[in-house]
Amino acid sequence: MCLGVPGRVLAIDDEGGLPMAQVDFGGIRRDVCLVYLPETQVGSYVIVHVGFAITEVDEAEAQRTLEVLRTMDGDALAAELGEPAPGSGVATTPSPGLP
Amino acid sequence: MKYLAEYRDPVLARRLVHEVCATATQRWSIMEVCGGQTHTLVRQGIDEVLPVRMIHGPGCPVCVTSLEVLDRALAIAARPDVTFVSYGDMLRVPGSSTDLLALKARGADIRIVYSPVDAVRLAVANPDRQVVFFAVGFETTAPANAMALLEAVRRGLENFSMLASHVLVPPAMTAVLEAPDCQVQGFLAAGHVCAVMGWAQYEPIAAKYAVPIVVTGFEPLDLLEGILMTVRQLEQGRAEVENQYARAVRRDGNRPAQLALERVFEVTDRTWRGIGAIPASGLRLADEFAAYDAELRFDVGDIVAAENPLCIAGEVLQGTKNPTDCAAYGRICTPRSPLGAPMVSSEGTCAAFHRAGRTA
Ligand code: SF4
Repeated sequence: MCLGVPGRVLAIDDEGGLPMAQVDFGGIRRDVCLVYLPETQVGSYVIVHVGFAITEVDEAEAQRTLEVLRTMDGDALAAELGEPAPGSGVATTPSPGLP
Repeated sequence: MKYLAEYRDPVLARRLVHEVCATATQRWSIMEVCGGQTHTLVRQGIDEVLPVRMIHGPGCPVCVTSLEVLDRALAIAARPDVTFVSYGDMLRVPGSSTDLLALKARGADIRIVYSPVDAVRLAVANPDRQVVFFAVGFETTAPANAMALLEAVRRGLENFSMLASHVLVPPAMTAVLEAPDCQVQGFLAAGHVCAVMGWAQYEPIAAKYAVPIVVTGFEPLDLLEGILMTVRQLEQGRAEVENQYARAVRRDGNRPAQLALERVFEVTDRTWRGIGAIPASGLRLADEFAAYDAELRFDVGDIVAAENPLCIAGEVLQGTKNPTDCAAYGRICTPRSPLGAPMVSSEGTCAAFHRAGRTA
């Protein structure tokens, strides 16, 4: 029950005084309460927990984190590990157990 | 879904594993507080490929809801005038003598909801029933539960009440650190708790105990990056609060949600199942809302709680033992017939181990 799931806001309306949104979770639609994220706009991504949007996903930050990971210094790693870094274009041995 | 595939990218995951291997000069012990993170770590086998020791923390609200509170919930739910409303994960958690699912099978009116707003809707739709909402959870869940209460008040619902037993993360981390045999050298803080509360609360803990704390998300790359950031701090002798989960967590958290918590609840001492009493580690309904407190509304007599003696959930929850150390694990305790709460909930460590097929 502790999980929060990201979804995209499709529409915003009002249920007897409570701000509500229709949110799409990869094809599944749910009513979500926006009372804690009143500034939310249609089209933004929110993280939803037990039917309440608790935070907005900052797309620029999401991209920035991925960029940092993508530019992680593969060559230094290869030297350290004695094998080419994954993603460097050379075949690698996969680590066990990971997706 | 946006940013789910990206944060599960296997190429980047391997790169992060290599980076952790290249950075760690010793086998650091890191606790992930949240049970949702435990599940991702165990399911993906991340804890088995890294040169760090992951200690699984007490962050499963279903597991730590005290047996006394659960027994009280069961007694209230058994009343013929009550419609008892709960999150689904609580249904199979064993009380001293029964569980909510067994009561339901015997005819008690017990409903599962996805959102606390649905509990309010049930009270509106059934004015002749006493609707009782079982409000458990950490700081992530408490604002939603608070809003259910405020809605019931706003709509003047006299047939709605709440059995509130919330728990708070920072006091639990402090309790782990204060334990005499504590082995935790760094923490992954639970990202969604911090989305609500921010992370300023963790700064005094990091400073006082000289322990790095990294606010971390829930996808495999989030966890790997959170672990890497923790290992870097440990290697460099730093003990700071850092935020891996910047796409979802801001320093100040969610102010409107915090205000609702302050309005509806008061901080209280709380007994954690299997762990014991932790000072100022819970939230209870504020006195102003006593009329909505199910504990006061329904007199169910004295509660005498008794745990199954085989269950070592307390040690599992504090990270001093693994589920596979428990004699009952996988033999007489399984998700189908659980002896203790961590085998039930989708966030419990015993259930995570069992689902991943781990053996001793
Ligand atoms: S395996 Fe079952 S009995 Fe053992 S600690 Fe976990 S929940 Fe308790």
